[in-house]
Amino acid sequence: MSVFETSTLRAAGVHAAGAVGEAVETRANIFEMTQAAEDAVLRPKDAGGVPHALRAALASRIAAQAGETALAKQYADAAGDAVALSDPAQDGGAEHRDLVAFVDKAATATKDIAAEDIARLQASGVADADIVRLCELVAFVAYQVRVAAGLRLMQGAQS
Amino acid sequence: MSRVVHKFTRRVPEWQPRVTPVKLDEATPEQLDALKVTPSNTKVSAYVLTLAHDVESLAVRSPLFNAIMYDEGGMSRAERELGAIAASMVNRCIYCAAVHADRHAKLEGSTDVTDKLFADGANADLSARDAAIFAFARKLSEAPPSAGADDVTALREAGLEDAEILDLILSTSLFGWANRLMHVLGDPVRREGSA
Repeated sequence: MSVFETSTLRAAGVHAAGAVGEAVETRANIFEMTQAAEDAVLRPKDAGGVPHALRAALASRIAAQAGETALAKQYADAAGDAVALSDPAQDGGAEHRDLVAFVDKAATATKDIAAEDIARLQASGVADADIVRLCELVAFVAYQVRVAAGLRLMQGAQS
Repeated sequence: MSRVVHKFTRRVPEWQPRVTPVKLDEATPEQLDALKVTPSNTKVSAYVLTLAHDVESLAVRSPLFNAIMYDEGGMSRAERELGAIAASMVNRCIYCAAVHADRHAKLEGSTDVTDKLFADGANADLSARDAAIFAFARKLSEAPPSAGADDVTALREAGLEDAEILDLILSTSLFGWANRLMHVLGDPVRREGSA
């Protein structure tokens, strides 16, 4: 796969031609590893208690909250029966309300996260390993949407 | 006993997990393999043992982290640290801010910039170049990201080239990731009695 076909560069609309594309080529290893990270976080071999479809729905939700519509669509397309959760207006219903509230807060109000937020997840039956998996998912998508947003700004401001 | 640190500091606190880390003597072969990827393989930190719960992510993130922060060319190491500090201040990751402010001070041989940032945040009186870097990184770190065309223009006017701006985007965004692990999964603590 060309580095320009990775999700992040496609979402940012970066192509090989142009100054931004040239700069990106010098960091091709980083964009290849970013794609490997997406694969590991969204589609791991061992998904634990967080299935692939749920991961995709939550990733889509976080991308939508950040205004990254291309990534939001890419992830929603992989969300299967969990796709309703990709809509940031959905609260997750009885089954996923605590989980969705946590994901939203970790993604968009990170500074306000406190020990109680983790304790609440544990009390609702989420295993520690799945809490770590959820945090990696939120954290990776938070990284990816900012790389895409930054690259788009760079392209817009090209001289 | 220990107390949670709430104020920005360059004196690196301890990190206390809010979940139970993987026990080294119970780690799977795959976890042990991923743990070796980290810079310190003699003593594995509680943080890395916590992340070992999601071993596939840990294995890919460590080399990515090192490439973004340390690969040659592009932006200087100290300026990449400034991106990390801006993200960590927006997300109030006290631990990350301490580690990277301490690195910045050591790389620069001066605590001037991080003293000002911790005292005055977005209003810190910095050089034009540092101010443009910090403002862009701070706004990119907000949720949703609020950096705009004017912020990129300010970077260019301060003399940054494309390769440097790309490295700033990467290091800032990387801490959008790191902060959401470190600040969410644990507390920065100081042992009672330690000065």
